[in-house]
Amino acid sequence: MMEMTGSRPAIRLDPVTALLALAGLAAALLLPFLGLAPNRILSPQPYGIAAAIQPGWLTVMIAGFLLVVAGAVLAARRSDLLVLAGATVVLLAAFASAGDAATRLTAEAASPATRVSLGAAFWILFATSALAMVEALRRLGVGQLGRILYAAAIVAILALLASRGWFDDLSIIREWANRRDQFAAAVSTHLLLVVVSLAVSLAIGLPLGIWTALRARAAGPVFAMLNIIQTIPSIALFGLLIGPLTALSNALPALRTIGIGGIGFAPAVIALVLYGLLPIARNTQAGLLSVPASVTDAARGMGLTPRQVVTSVSLPLALPSLLAGLRIVTIQTIGMGVVAALIGAGGLGSFVFLGLGQTAIDLVLLGALSTIALALAADALLSALSLLATRRMHR
Amino acid sequence: MTALALAPGMSRMARAGIRVILLLAALIALVLLMPATEPFFHWLFPGLQQPVYSRASFLTLTLSHLGLVALSGAIVIAAGMAVAIAVTRPSGAAFAGIVDTITAVGQTFPPVAVLALAVPLLGFGAAPTIVALTAYGILPVIDSTVAGLRSVPPPAIDAARGMGFTRGERLLLVELPLAAPIILAGIRTTLAINIGTATIGSTVGALTLGSPIIEGLSGSNTAYVIQGAIVVALLAVTVDQAFAWLDLVLRRHRG
Repeated sequence: MMEMTGSRPAIRLDPVTALLALAGLAAALLLPFLGLAPNRILSPQPYGIAAAIQPGWLTVMIAGFLLVVAGAVLAARRSDLLVLAGATVVLLAAFASAGDAATRLTAEAASPATRVSLGAAFWILFATSALAMVEALRRLGVGQLGRILYAAAIVAILALLASRGWFDDLSIIREWANRRDQFAAAVSTHLLLVVVSLAVSLAIGLPLGIWTALRARAAGPVFAMLNIIQTIPSIALFGLLIGPLTALSNALPALRTIGIGGIGFAPAVIALVLYGLLPIARNTQAGLLSVPASVTDAARGMGLTPRQVVTSVSLPLALPSLLAGLRIVTIQTIGMGVVAALIGAGGLGSFVFLGLGQTAIDLVLLGALSTIALALAADALLSALSLLATRRMHR
Repeated sequence: MTALALAPGMSRMARAGIRVILLLAALIALVLLMPATEPFFHWLFPGLQQPVYSRASFLTLTLSHLGLVALSGAIVIAAGMAVAIAVTRPSGAAFAGIVDTITAVGQTFPPVAVLALAVPLLGFGAAPTIVALTAYGILPVIDSTVAGLRSVPPPAIDAARGMGFTRGERLLLVELPLAAPIILAGIRTTLAINIGTATIGSTVGALTLGSPIIEGLSGSNTAYVIQGAIVVALLAVTVDQAFAWLDLVLRRHRG
């Protein structure tokens, strides 16, 4: 896209990479890279990048930065490779140097309660280098699947460093270590909430989508209803279910023994299922309607019953659209699962709201960042799945 | 609403308009008459000392809630459309890819997580809520405005150029009006998300319709929860239906 035919100048400015490099540089110079607090509640003292990290790491980061700048201004054929390499170096060095500095600063402070937290400069360097990487990969013609694999490789390297204790003295990891069992339980509750809600949403939404595809007159009212449910704020729907469910479990105590009541897991699942119906039913219907009539006619001509046409011809062809719907619902459910903690359903939201209540920022970050990581992982997985499904279909 | 469905003589637009007016009337009545529901909630929850939330009036809560959504909404619409217009011009086209990346990745972030992340930066109160609503809400507006502007058929732009329209005139008189329904859909999505996220904003210290819900949940006062939930649900549905009506109006004017 950037290459011009004919006389090619040796220098050209890539405005996107240049802007990202400038933002990263400004953040590194002006904002704290780390913060040092006497304990987990007090606010941290800011540490600039030069004061915080070892000179060796600083040199590595500057080298990475210069590679990015070179890639941004040189009109060489493969300048995007320079940007990719440089941004990868900056990103990995930011993580490694922060973990290393946290260990050193904690040892110097000589108090076990000392907390070293990641500062604004770290997060901006992380974001700008990640964006520069994605942009470079895109320009190099790497498809979405390739970009997902690249990100997975970076995550694997960071996971390897983490498993060797590299980040153990960063405050958020300390917070996690102190609540290791609680965290594992919260993650599994959160995942269970998401998986159960998704399964029920699919079990109801799929037939609903097929039905609305077959009966156009039903589609209007059904989707109007589901749209209204989607509009209602999650916490309000959770709240509105409390009354009826409490009454129900009082009337039928047997329900209470299996955990159905006004608060807890059951109302959370019910609300998440109600939210999940629209994207699943809508995408199933749209996918089925997009199957060309000539295809279904041919199937019918071969002697398939209407039911067989749907199950063995239309639905497989509607798979990409269905997977797209599933992706939307999964991400939505992971996010709304956080709010479910407010009605006692547990999950990662309990860390967020407990942290907000105690003004313990590390706890808030632990809950919020894990939820974001979970959503991004689900997005990557389902995007990859739907790319593979589409590719298989077109082969 | 069933009665409306039985009035076949009316246009879809008129029915949508009447629906909005009825929802709005119900919302206003509920907000103003909430104190009068005390006997009802007392009957429903005989054990509660105070069956109706009274720390702030529901009018104050609703106005404060709407204020947060409106302020962030205005910023988001202005800034989001500006970004989208910039990346769809030839001079800003280089940034289209990265803006796509940011909106795609950003929208996988849970809105509540964004709200929680604003607290370390800004402390408690209305500020983190407004920042979170703005940071998150801008993404659907950028997405839909870019999609809307890209959906404008090139012959329409060529025709305008042939008629001697300047670039600004083409944008204002041809591209934006043709893209309006898609842009409106993005704004509608943003407002629905933001009304919901503002409700959770009460956990970080903003005064919203979520305040009775959160207080009711932590103090086991189900009456508070129901009151807050019904008003905020009605508010969200009213705003959404107003946009449904606006969409029909726009489409009719385009013929």
